[in-house]
Amino acid sequence: MSARTKPVRVKGTGESLRDFPTFKLVSYLVLLFLYLPLVLVVAYSFNSNRVVTVWKGFTFSWYTNVLANDDIQRALMNSLRVAIVATVVSVIIATGLAIGLLRMHRAGRTFAWGLIGAPLIIPEIVFAIGTLALFVQIRIPLGVNAITLAHIAFCVPFALLPIRARLRGVDSAVYEAAADLGANEWVIFRRITLPLLMPGIVAGALLAFIISLDDFIVSYFLAGPGGTTLPVYIFGMIRNAITPGVNALSSMLLAVSILIVMISYLLTRKKR
Amino acid sequence: MATGPALSIARVSKAFATPEGGEVRALDDVSLDVTDGSFVVLLGPSGCGKTTLLRCIAGLETPDSGEILLRGERIDHVPVWKRRVNTVFQSYALFPHMTVAQNIAFGLQMDKVGKAEIERKVGESLEMVRLSGLGSRKPSQLSGGQQQRVALARALAKDPEVLLLDEPLSALDLKLRRGMQTELKRLQRETSITFVLVTHDQGEAMAMGDQVAVFDSGRIVQVGNPEEVYLRPRTAFVADFIGEANLVAAQRDSSSLTIEGLGAIDAATLANPEAVETGAVTVAIRPENISLAETADGAGVVADVTFVGGDIHVDVELGANRLNVRIPSHGAQPPRVGARVHPTFLPQSLRVLADS
Repeated sequence: MSARTKPVRVKGTGESLRDFPTFKLVSYLVLLFLYLPLVLVVAYSFNSNRVVTVWKGFTFSWYTNVLANDDIQRALMNSLRVAIVATVVSVIIATGLAIGLLRMHRAGRTFAWGLIGAPLIIPEIVFAIGTLALFVQIRIPLGVNAITLAHIAFCVPFALLPIRARLRGVDSAVYEAAADLGANEWVIFRRITLPLLMPGIVAGALLAFIISLDDFIVSYFLAGPGGTTLPVYIFGMIRNAITPGVNALSSMLLAVSILIVMISYLLTRKKR
Repeated sequence: MATGPALSIARVSKAFATPEGGEVRALDDVSLDVTDGSFVVLLGPSGCGKTTLLRCIAGLETPDSGEILLRGERIDHVPVWKRRVNTVFQSYALFPHMTVAQNIAFGLQMDKVGKAEIERKVGESLEMVRLSGLGSRKPSQLSGGQQQRVALARALAKDPEVLLLDEPLSALDLKLRRGMQTELKRLQRETSITFVLVTHDQGEAMAMGDQVAVFDSGRIVQVGNPEEVYLRPRTAFVADFIGEANLVAAQRDSSSLTIEGLGAIDAATLANPEAVETGAVTVAIRPENISLAETADGAGVVADVTFVGGDIHVDVELGANRLNVRIPSHGAQPPRVGARVHPTFLPQSLRVLADS
């Protein structure tokens, strides 16, 4: 809202939409609707009352409670393990893809990009059911490894987005110049391509990490015994009741997500 | 310079497939010898194949047929990174994530030059292009002209056998371009490295080249020093592309040349009496070599008069031909539009052109 663009005019009256009577009210309602749930979760995570909706006093005890819980620790480790492996593998695949796509023929590139990008718009539930059916068929045991495999698959297009954007911004004569100055393919990759792509790769990795960390549907379908990730565990908790513990856990997840998005934003902005 | 050509291009052809499924012959049986230590300009309109030839020499394209020899050794199958030629790219292609000094050092590191030697060479190269003190800057912190110099320094630091320059001045504004032309000439003289420069700007070619090779649709139509290609153009394309020329239809027989409305001229007095093609020919005459005399029975009619500062351009209709005449603006009163004039010129300023 800082950059004042041309005001939108209401048809017939010539008035700016900004000055329309209910404009402000609607705007605030939308913001409220978006952020009130998050505010509530964070606020009640400090509520000392066991009954979530009634405020009694301020406490940190739910956080210490949650962090001391063995099941939650195990779920957290599962989530981190999945997210880290999925991030590393999907970023490597996405980097290769981005470079490969660049060298492809135009028609093939559009088609390949469509195929790779499909998970971005396919309903996740369909992907989850399909993956479950496939894994059962080819006898891949459910659990953390199955979740990791699936996460790699759907993290690739997310990781690819910033990498590809970055690659497109590079003048292709730069690679020719490096070859002209005596660099072979491998040296060009290591000293030119990779450093130029790095901001995109870091942004892609953070995006993939977040997407994997807070995935619920796919993880829930593939969890099996012992494969519970943090979001799946939280879902289990609220099936009984929304306890302040759930709020504390969710607040921590939220904090991690915000942190990662901020890092990603700062990294991509600085390098421009 | 008695050692033979530094670079020799022998019957090189290269075709590209068009998106429509056709084929474009970017290079059609091109041969060219480049003298060691000379400044050669490949000149032609866009799409004439000059850049393709440069890329073939650099190794960024592979010719379909023909040979490229560097000091007598074939290089057309040597990969880019092993050729002792370096290129200054049109877009400069500086590495944006490296400093100016790192950009220049890159090529030397590829040659496994020692650290101290690299440092010395980088300093020397920066000094040569007058950028001393800017080594720690990133390319994005430099002006276009400075980036151009870095690209030059980076390529020259490797002491190439031949330096290739792909339209290096096209991204600079006019004033800067003039300065860089002089600068490039100076660098070439000081380093005595063979320069091969591609341009579509004939003024640039004339100002810098020891030799100018004029390209037309994938072929070299004429090679010569600037005076030669300007004063003795071989074909209509060269006459028209380099400077301005009137291309006039004429009849040539064994002893004379006849231009409609001007009568016969003794063939022996022409600029190139040895051209023995007879029948319908095209002759070239530069606008500054024609004078106009206003007479009531003149063969031409003034169609247009344009004042352009030092010169006045007069368009004269002469039968089916149209003559573009340039007369000095400080001279006599220019003719009015519609006046009858008689064009006069020395017969030796007329050249009979070859078909191709």
